[in-house]
Amino acid sequence: MSTTENSMSGSFGGVEARSSAALNSQLAIAVRNLDFVYATGGKKALNAINFDLPDRQVTGMIGPSGCGKSTLLRVLNRMYSLYPGQKATGEVIMDGKNLLDDDVDINELRSRIGMVFQKPTPFPMTIYENIAFGVRLHEKLSKSAMDERVEWALTRAAIWGEVKDRLQSSAMGLSGGQQQRLCIARTIAVKPEVILFDEPTSALDPISTLKIEELIDELKRDFTIAIVTHNMQQAARCADQVAFFYLGELIEIAPAAQLFTNPAQPKTQEYITGRFG
Amino acid sequence: MPSSETPHIVRSYEEDLKRLRDMIARMGGLAERQVADSATALIRRDTELAAEVVSRDAQLDALEREIEAFCVRLLALRQPMAADLRLIVTSMKISSDLERIGDYARNGAKRAIVISSQPQFASLNGFSRLAHLVQENLKGAIDALVNDDLARADEVWNADQPVDDIYNGIFRELLTFMMEDPRNITAATHLLFVAKNLERIGDHATNIAERVHYAISGHILPDERPKSDSSAYAVVRQPQ
Repeated sequence: MSTTENSMSGSFGGVEARSSAALNSQLAIAVRNLDFVYATGGKKALNAINFDLPDRQVTGMIGPSGCGKSTLLRVLNRMYSLYPGQKATGEVIMDGKNLLDDDVDINELRSRIGMVFQKPTPFPMTIYENIAFGVRLHEKLSKSAMDERVEWALTRAAIWGEVKDRLQSSAMGLSGGQQQRLCIARTIAVKPEVILFDEPTSALDPISTLKIEELIDELKRDFTIAIVTHNMQQAARCADQVAFFYLGELIEIAPAAQLFTNPAQPKTQEYITGRFG
Repeated sequence: MPSSETPHIVRSYEEDLKRLRDMIARMGGLAERQVADSATALIRRDTELAAEVVSRDAQLDALEREIEAFCVRLLALRQPMAADLRLIVTSMKISSDLERIGDYARNGAKRAIVISSQPQFASLNGFSRLAHLVQENLKGAIDALVNDDLARADEVWNADQPVDDIYNGIFRELLTFMMEDPRNITAATHLLFVAKNLERIGDHATNIAERVHYAISGHILPDERPKSDSSAYAVVRQPQ
């Protein structure tokens, strides 16, 4: 794990130092000619996808069910590697390395690319342990350093004030919105570079949803974010750039304001105005 | 990219958008009629018609408020995107243009009443042509919106120059009449305002064409459009 720690501390040490002017030009992840199949010889769930996740920006992914947007997230942190038969070809480049290569350490990869799911998935443990559990897998911290890390992660996830007096209670007692922010805290506790959100608010009420959106806005200062959402207004509110997927293909990717006011592709126009199929 | 090619999945939303287009068409039609009647009242010295124009203006004001409220409702309830969003925002702005056009027509009609009480000293052919041109442009701009006709919108956007030319001609002509005989000054001054009103109506028609261009294509036309109103620089030379 020492390599992980080095790369982590390296990337984080530089956060404050990098000038904002450089932000837009840097890529966190570049996807090149990506194909994906769920079963050998099966239909392509992703077909020749090319796109970039710019460093510390929010990329929204929209499209009808089955268009491949969640599949793409699963490829980005190699979730699919758990399943035999599922295969990605092409390149997903991060720091000059193709993440699809066989020699990639998947545990390390997942500490660099975290994921938050549709339904909050707290572990049946205390709130404190929910955060500390993942950190212990990657780092050896003293008790006080771990306390600090837990507080840091919970603070960044905008839930510290609500849970600081009950860190030793079960996470299962939190509300849905709180559980989701806890899961975000758990994700950022291992200090990833990229966070993938797969419909993070579809199970939440509108106010909890806005809190998560505000949080995403806050987090993008330090993390590169990709968010899959069925809620177009959410993509419009959160994302810097938005990608529209259809039948496994990337139809259009553009700055959010442009895509939602003047999309270049007729398919995008039909989808976002509700004139589809 | 017209939004109307494929109907919206939610039929009532599609109906709302159609209703919005109908409201703009209705308001546009009413504004055209106000411009036409205001000019006719002037040329025929018909004070009754002029009074009608003045009283009908309230209908345009009411339509503007109705369109604005309807657009706000659509924005709040439908969360429109892309071409729908552009149509709704554009409609709000067009309704303001049309309301201003109505004000100019009403002002022209009021002045027509005064002018008809004064002796006639000049031909009003220029006014007739000017009114006809701006009316055509206004009709073209509204038709372009209703039919998603980008070419028509661009045509109107490019057609303001003849309006400015006629206006400049009228301006010079009226200055001459005032210099010839000071008794012409009352009528000529009112006529100057009427001509300026018509020229402004032409500018609003161009604005509408510009907005329609954006609603249809998503692109904003350049700031500079063909213009040649030079009356702002005109000078009266005193006879020696």
